Amino acid sequence: MEKFTVHTGVGVPLRRSNVDTDQIIPAVYLKRITRTGFEDALFAAWRGDASFVLNQDAYKTGSVLVAGPDFGTGSSREHAVWALKDYGFKVVLASRFADIFRGNSGKQGLVAGVVAQEDIELLWKILETKPGTEVTVDLENRTVHADDITVPFQIDDYTRWRLMEGLDDIGLTLQNEGAITEFEAKREAWRPKTLPAKHLPTVPIEPARPVDA
Amino acid sequence: MAGTLAEKVWDAHLVRHGSNGEPDLLYIDLHLLHEVTSPQAFEGLRLAGRPVRRPDLTIATEDHNTPTLDIDLPIADLTSRTQIDQLRKNAKEFGVRIHSLGDSDQGIVHQVGPQLGLTMPGLTVVCGDSHTSTHGAFGGLAFGIGTSEVEHVLATQTLPLQPFKTMAITVDGDLPPGTTSKDIILAIIAKIGTGGGQGYVLEYRGEAIRKLSMEARMTICNMSIEAGARAGMIAPDETTFEYLKGRPHAPEGADWDAAVEYWSTLKSDDDATFDAEVVLHAADLEPFVTWGTNPGQGLPLSANVPVPSEIADANERVAAERALEYMGLEPGVPLRDVKVDTVFIGSCTNGRIEDLRSVAKVLNGRKKAESVRVLVVPASARVRLQAEAEGLDKIFLDFGAEWRNAGCSMCLGMNPDQLAPGERSASTSNRNFEGRQGKGGRTHLVSPLVAAATAVRGTLSSLSDLDLPGDVDLTTFDGTPLAPLAAPSLV
Repeated sequence: MEKFTVHTGVGVPLRRSNVDTDQIIPAVYLKRITRTGFEDALFAAWRGDASFVLNQDAYKTGSVLVAGPDFGTGSSREHAVWALKDYGFKVVLASRFADIFRGNSGKQGLVAGVVAQEDIELLWKILETKPGTEVTVDLENRTVHADDITVPFQIDDYTRWRLMEGLDDIGLTLQNEGAITEFEAKREAWRPKTLPAKHLPTVPIEPARPVDA
Repeated sequence: MAGTLAEKVWDAHLVRHGSNGEPDLLYIDLHLLHEVTSPQAFEGLRLAGRPVRRPDLTIATEDHNTPTLDIDLPIADLTSRTQIDQLRKNAKEFGVRIHSLGDSDQGIVHQVGPQLGLTMPGLTVVCGDSHTSTHGAFGGLAFGIGTSEVEHVLATQTLPLQPFKTMAITVDGDLPPGTTSKDIILAIIAKIGTGGGQGYVLEYRGEAIRKLSMEARMTICNMSIEAGARAGMIAPDETTFEYLKGRPHAPEGADWDAAVEYWSTLKSDDDATFDAEVVLHAADLEPFVTWGTNPGQGLPLSANVPVPSEIADANERVAAERALEYMGLEPGVPLRDVKVDTVFIGSCTNGRIEDLRSVAKVLNGRKKAESVRVLVVPASARVRLQAEAEGLDKIFLDFGAEWRNAGCSMCLGMNPDQLAPGERSASTSNRNFEGRQGKGGRTHLVSPLVAAATAVRGTLSSLSDLDLPGDVDLTTFDGTPLAPLAAPSLV
C-alpha cells in the first residue's frame, strides 16, 4: 500500500446525505472477479445525468470528495472503495461514515476523514462558488485546507498510522502467529467445524420453471 | 466486572489486547463465503502465496447471483456464471466446503449457517455481507466485513478490530395481532435512523423479544445494519437451544451439555452499563411500511405519505423530497391506497419456513389481485423442500404466485429477478435503496403478512383489510384456510 501524508487535488461537492453503497456502485457491477477497473461503475446511476457533479468539467478530475452525512451506508461491498479509488479519489470527507465503509477505506488507502457538518457546509460553499478549487488534505496534522479556510478532520490514530506507513494488515497480524496458535489450542470442543461436512440426506432439487406468460 | 453480552463474547475471543490505540485481535469462529465478495480475497491469497488457515471453520454457498428458474441449465448471464465458476474453483483449490446451486444445502448464506447448526451462541461469525448480523440472533457477535477483511480472515482466522459501543434496545409488552418482528425492526430503524446505530452493537431484549421464535429473531438482527449498527444480538435461551438441538453440526453428548452450560451464562449482567438505551413498547406497534428510499423512511401502514414541507430538518426535508420523487408518490396520500405491481416474498430477512407458513396461511383459498406479480423465493433449498413437504407450494401456486428456487433473488436483483423501471414492489427484503431491486424500481419494505395481504388486494394492505382474525397462530400451517374469506373486500 502506498504511503499517504499530504494530498492536494480538486474537491468535489456531493450535496447528498445517506449516499449508500448501492449508489456508489450498483450491484450489477459486482460480478467482476478482478480488483481494479471499476471507475466506470462509480455513481453509475447518476453519471447519466448531465447535471451530476462529476459530469461537470471543473470537477471531472476530482480527487477529494466532500459528501453529506452517513456516507457509505448499506451493503458491505468493498467495490465501493475500489470504484472511488479507481476513479481517482484519494480522500472522502463527511460528517458521518458507515462503519463498514470506513473500515474498508482504511484497508485500501482511501482516507475517510470525519469533518464537522458546519465545516462540510463551508467546503461545499467554496467548491460550488469556485469550481475546480484544490483541497489539501494533511493526514499528519489532520487538517483540510481549501481557499482561505483550514478545518480539522478526525481519523483514528491506528488507521492514520497505518495509512502513513503504508502497512499491510495481514502481514501485521501474522506477527502474532504464536498468540493465534496458542488461542486455537484452547478452543472448546463444542465450537463448530465445517469439516468433515455433516448435513441431512441429499435430496434432488426440482428446478422451478418460468410460468406461461 | 459486570459486562454486556457483546463484551462477554468479545472478551472470549481476544487473541491479543491492543494498546495505544491499536485494535484488539479477535479470533473468528465461523467464516461464511459467497461468490460476490470473495473472488478478490482469494486472488490476494494466491498472489501472496498464502493458504486458507482454517478451511474447517469456513463454508461457502452460492446465493447472490444464482437464478431461481431453470437452475439445471447453464447460467445465462456470463458475468454471473464467471463469478460462480470462480467460487467453485477457489473452494476446490483452497479446500473449502461449498454448497453449489442444485445441492440440497445451497441457499442464502445467512440461512445455511443456522439450518446446518453451524451458527451457535457465543461465536464470532463473519461474512463479506452486511446482513451477517442475522447470526447474532443466536447470541454471537456476527458482522459483515469487506473483501480485504475476508482475505484477512482466510489467511489468519482473526481480525483486528476496535471495540464497539453497546446499545440496549428493549422491546417490552406483547406484539398486537397481525404484527411481526419485521414491524419491530422497521419501527426501531424509523426511530433511531439509518445512522443511529453507527459504532454500536445492538442488543435486543425485553418481553416481546423473548417471545419471538428463532426465525423472527433472525429477522430483527438481520436488519441491524439498516440502522447503521455493526451487529445485533439476542441473548440465547431455551428457544435458541431448542432450535439448535439435533441439527447436523450441533454439539452432541457431553459437548452439548458443556455448550449449554456456557451458553446459559451469555447474557448481559443486571448491572451492566450500555453506552445507549432505547425502549419500544410492542403494544404500540402496527404493521409498518417504508415510503422512501432508505429503511429509516418508514411509517405505520395506517399513515399517509409524508408531506416534505412539514418536515422541520432541512437535510431530512430534501431527502424526503428526493425520495418521493423517485418513488413516484404524492405527499399526503394514504399508504393503503398505494398500488403495487410486484410482491416479493423471500430474502435473508424473511425467506424462512416460518415466514412462508404465515404467508401460506393468509393466501390459502384466495387468489392474487389480477394486476400483481407474486414471487415466493425460499431462503434455501432446504426451506423449499420443507415448504413442499408441508404442501405450501400448492397454496402459492393456486393463489397465482410463482414458486422459485432458493437465493437472494429480487432482494438485490443481481440475477434476472428484477423490477422494471418505475415498477413498484412490496418486498419482505431489507433495503429500499434507489435501484436496489432493478434500475428505477420502487421498493416498499414490509412484513410477510403485509406482503401477503398486499398480494391479495393489490394495494399496500394488512390482515385487517382482509377481515382476518389477527390473533391466530401464524407460525404453523395445518392446511385449513383462514376464515372468513371476506370475498367482498377482494373486489
